[in-house]
Order: sequence, then C-alpha cells, then structure tokens
Amino acid sequence: MSQKQDVNRRRRNLIIATTAAGGVASVASAVPFVANMLPSERAKALGAPVEVDIGRLAPGEKLTVEWRGQPVWVLRRTKEMLEAVKADEPKLADPRSQRNPGELTPDYARNQHRSIKPEILVVVGICPHLGCSPQDKLQPGREAFDPEWRGGFYCPCHGSLFDLAGRVYKNKPAPDNMPVPPHAYLSESRILIGKDKNEKGA
Amino acid sequence: MAAADKQPVTGAGPFNDLLTWIDQRYPLMSTWKAHLTEYYAPKNFNFWYYFGSLAMLVLVIQIVTGIWLTMHYKPDATQAFASVEYIMREVSFGWLMRYLHSTGASAFFICVYLHMFRGMLYGSYRKPRELLWIMGMLIFLCLMAEAFFGYLLPWGQMSYWGAQVIVNLFAAIPLIGPDLSLWIRGDYVVSDATLNRFFAFHVIAVPLVLCGLVGAHLLALHEVGSNNPDGIEIKKKKDPRTGIPLDGIPFHPYYTVKDIFGVAVFLAVFSIIVFFAPEMDGYFLEANNFIPADSLKTPEHIAPVWYFTPYYSILRAVTDTFMWVLSAGVVVMAVLIVASVGNGLIRIATCVIALALLVGFFTFDAKFWGVVMMGVSTMIFFLLPWLDQAPAKSIRYRGPIYKLALTVFVVAFGVLGYLGTQTVTETRTLLAQVGTALYFAFFFLMPWYSRIDKCAPEPERVTK
Repeated sequence: MSQKQDVNRRRRNLIIATTAAGGVASVASAVPFVANMLPSERAKALGAPVEVDIGRLAPGEKLTVEWRGQPVWVLRRTKEMLEAVKADEPKLADPRSQRNPGELTPDYARNQHRSIKPEILVVVGICPHLGCSPQDKLQPGREAFDPEWRGGFYCPCHGSLFDLAGRVYKNKPAPDNMPVPPHAYLSESRILIGKDKNEKGA
Repeated sequence: MAAADKQPVTGAGPFNDLLTWIDQRYPLMSTWKAHLTEYYAPKNFNFWYYFGSLAMLVLVIQIVTGIWLTMHYKPDATQAFASVEYIMREVSFGWLMRYLHSTGASAFFICVYLHMFRGMLYGSYRKPRELLWIMGMLIFLCLMAEAFFGYLLPWGQMSYWGAQVIVNLFAAIPLIGPDLSLWIRGDYVVSDATLNRFFAFHVIAVPLVLCGLVGAHLLALHEVGSNNPDGIEIKKKKDPRTGIPLDGIPFHPYYTVKDIFGVAVFLAVFSIIVFFAPEMDGYFLEANNFIPADSLKTPEHIAPVWYFTPYYSILRAVTDTFMWVLSAGVVVMAVLIVASVGNGLIRIATCVIALALLVGFFTFDAKFWGVVMMGVSTMIFFLLPWLDQAPAKSIRYRGPIYKLALTVFVVAFGVLGYLGTQTVTETRTLLAQVGTALYFAFFFLMPWYSRIDKCAPEPERVTK
C-alpha cells in the first residue's frame, strides 16, 4: 500500500511534539491539585510543645495531655509496676527499644524503664499499629487476653498489648513500642512535652 | 437529512407529535428500543435477579436523601456532630432523611453482596462478561470508598477512630506510607481538614464516578446480554425469521413489571427497618457514634460497620505466627503452578515471585502484610473470570466440588464478618485465621478444583 508515502513527515513530527508537550503540561497541572491536599501552613504551625504539671500525680496514677492532637500519657509508676516492667521482658517484642530508635525512643529513654526518671513514664498513647489509643489495664491479674497479666495497656482495636513501659508484646499486630515523645524536665514537677534538651522535636 | 428519514412516532396518543419532534432531533425512540422494548433478556430470571435493579433504586434513594442532608449538615469539626443532632431533632423530617440515608447505606451493601453472589452462583462473570464483572467490581470499590468517607461525617467516636485506623492502613506501605497517610488526612491527625475533604469526596467526587460506572456497567450488560440461571447463551438459539433469541423476552414490559414487584417488597422491608429499627441493634448505626469524636480516647470496643467486618477480620488475623501459614500457602501455590504449567518462563517467574514474597514476609512487618491481605481480599474478585476454569457456568450443572467450595466460602465470609464485630481473644483470632485461609483458598485453588470438578452437560435451551 501507499500509506507510508502519504504520511507528511512534518505534520507527523508536529503531532508528536504537540502530544509530548501537552502530555507534560497535563502531568504538571496535577502538581497544584496534589499539593493542595498536603497539610496547610496553619496546620504545620500548630504543634507547639506543651507543659504539664505532675506535682499532684500520685504513684500509680496516669494523666493525659494533648500534644499535636494526640494523647500523651504521663504515668507515675509504683515500685511494683517497675518490677513488672522488668519481669515482662521475655514477653516483649523489642524490650530494649532497638527498632527505629531515633523515631520511637529518644536516647535518654532507651533504658530498661524507657524514661528519664525511672518512675515517670511519658509516652504517646497511640498504638503504632493503626493509631487507636490503648486502654489502661494497669492492675495485674487474670485477663481474657493474658492469664498472667502484670499490668499495662490493651488496644481495643486489634488486641495489641503493651507493658507498663509502653513496650509491645510479641506476636501482636503492633510492630513497635509506643513512641516516647521528646520531653524534658523544666523542674522537679514540670515536664515540657514536644521539645527536649537537644532542642530536637517541637 | 437523517431526521426526515425517521418514521413518525405512533402509539403515544396525544404525545405522538411531541415525541416525533424530539425523535427527529435526538435518538429517543432508538434508545428506548435498544435498552427497553427490544432488549431481550432470558425468560428464566429468578429471585436473585432482583438485586441489580434494587441496587439502582438504593443509589437513587442515597442521592436524593444525601442532597437533602447537605442542606442542613455542616462539614466542620466543631459543628458537624451538632448539625447531625440538629437534623435529627429540629429539622422537619430530618430524622427521616438521615435514617433513610443510613439504612440505605446498609441496604446498598446487602443488594450488592447478593448481586455479586448471584454472579458467583451462575457464572455471570465468565466470558463474554468479564468486563461487565470488572466494571461491577469497580462499582463495589467505589461504594466502599463512598461508605468510608461518609462514615466520618457525623464526627462521632466511631467516625473518628474508624477513619484513624483506615487512613493509618496506608501508613503501613513501606517508604511512601507515612507521607501518603499525611497527604490523605491533610493534617498530622484526623482533623477538620480531613473532615472537609472527606465531605468533598463523599458528596461529589465518588458519586460522580459511581454514576459513570453504573452507566458503563449497564451499557456493557446490554452489549453482551444478561446471563441466566442456566448459564447458557440465549443468543445461540435465535428465531431465524426475526433474529430474536427464542428464550428472550423484551425487558419492557416483562422485567420492568417484575422489578417493580421487587421494589414494592423491598420498600416494605426497608420501611420497617427505617421506622422501627434504624440502628439495627448497633449493626447499622453504632452506639459509640452517638458520642462526639474525642481524639484522646478510643472507645472501649471499636468495630467497623457490618459490611466491612470480613475484611477487617482478615486484617486482624495476620499476626507474626500467621506469616508461616502465608508462607506455606505461597509454597503450595508455587508448586501447583510449576507442576501444571509447561512454559519455562512462567515457571521461573513463579519461583522468583514466590521467593520474593517469602523474603518479604519476614522482612516487612506482619502489619504491612495484614494490610496487603485485606486489600487482596477485596480485589481478588476481579480475577474470578480467569480463575474459574469449569466447563459449566451455572451451579445447576457444576459438580460437587464447587458447590462445597462456594458453601465453605460463604460460611467463611459470614464467620469473618461476625468476628470482625467482636473483640479480640486468642480463640477468635485462631478462628479468624482459619477463616482467612479458607477465604483465600476458595480463590487461589479455583483454577485446579474447578477444572477437575465433574460437571453435568448444559442444556440447549433454558429450563424453568
């Protein structure tokens, strides 16, 4: 057939060039639409550190403060609770907080009790599985999910268990321990959450 | 001119002139004929064939009540919950609009699940209806997205934490996950920004796509023609004089009348639920969703609405120990494929993919694989036209293996659905894991068991 001869090379090249340029332009036009859905400047600006007074927190008590829209728990652990933290280790997936240490556990909390002061636990009360907030199951005893429960937290959504240092049990949906936020002691009874001595976070 | 060639419309009494005027300017009569009076459907449709038209009816109910709800609803995190209560208590018939809409959501899934099950009973996804089935599956995915976005809008505790969990599913994807979920939320936590965009998706973006897909689904259906309970092609036996299938009857009036009967029964049942049990004991509207969203406290017991619970159970069933079951499944599949495919390239590819999966199973978290399995459990239906290798389409002529397999699948789907509404215990997790294994076995082993199944010969013409 004479089809090949009929092709006007100049026209064909112009069509190719136009299609390519138009294609690039239409892909580029997606950028503002995608970027539009990212957090706005206002959303980014929120998230300042928060101060919390723990002076009245009795041993065995927990308080919750909001930081960046998330619950942060402060738990003053009793002696028995700290012993439970020690005893729980064989049941835990990552007792020494070695997974993603930079993101989940600041170096000053990478110890057995996962905290600056042994008795004061500060963690973001969000399960690293899919973001539910676990419930307090602080009392040791017989539980449906563990007959030899030594106290800790239970995630109602998918059944992950955490010990009293926010460390996840083995073979649970959550892959990681609950994160310890950057924090620092301003005084004996005041904690700044969201910012630490290394000026990290915030 | 083409318009002058057309015959004047007759048989419409006083409207003949008007219809003729329109028909000369628009393909009115030809469309009417092609899709209604001269669309020939098999004469042996049974009970299962109601649910396609009923799903369309529910779509209309959802669109109409949805428009009326947006007249009073406020997509704002500080006002959303209160505006829903305002609709319930102070807007005239607001309670009715809302209960029609919330019950309609569940009714939509009931109709679509039964419609899909009909396809699985009679092999409606088989050649030449593969694309029709795929469009239907896309409608199903859109419907799930629509239900999910809509569920955040009342801004109750379940709305909030449900969205939190589902958006975090995307964070499990390696590398891009955390940024992707941030992009979806538009904030670091589920917040006003998330609510506002979910409103945009729920009221305009997804419904537009959904309506387009429903149109395409119908066009594809009318191109290939309806399947029927015997699973045979009525187009193979045509009247030599007219070219009309011998077993076909015009959709209008025969099936329009039948479908209207179905509509009447459906509306009766639907009304009973709307007026007497709109919450359906927590299955259609969950108690926790009557508590305003609180970002600091997850409800005691969180579960998705019933239509998502089977997939949710699969998500929860994938724990570290279950990875061994998955690995065994992959090995079995690889051996089966290598043993039954002659092509060397496919054999090598199978081994490579299997090996990559095995390495991946123990490199990435079980959480990621849980999300993958949940995704696969909803997408796997797309492959049915190619997984099914049986000589007969309809369950009427298929052998005992498929009948057993389909029964097991339905039971597994039901059990997984029930478990998804319950809290986690060791026994329930184990049961969900068995259910998950059976769910996937139904699909992945189908190419083998459907081939060896002893099918009865299909009839020449449709039976009663």
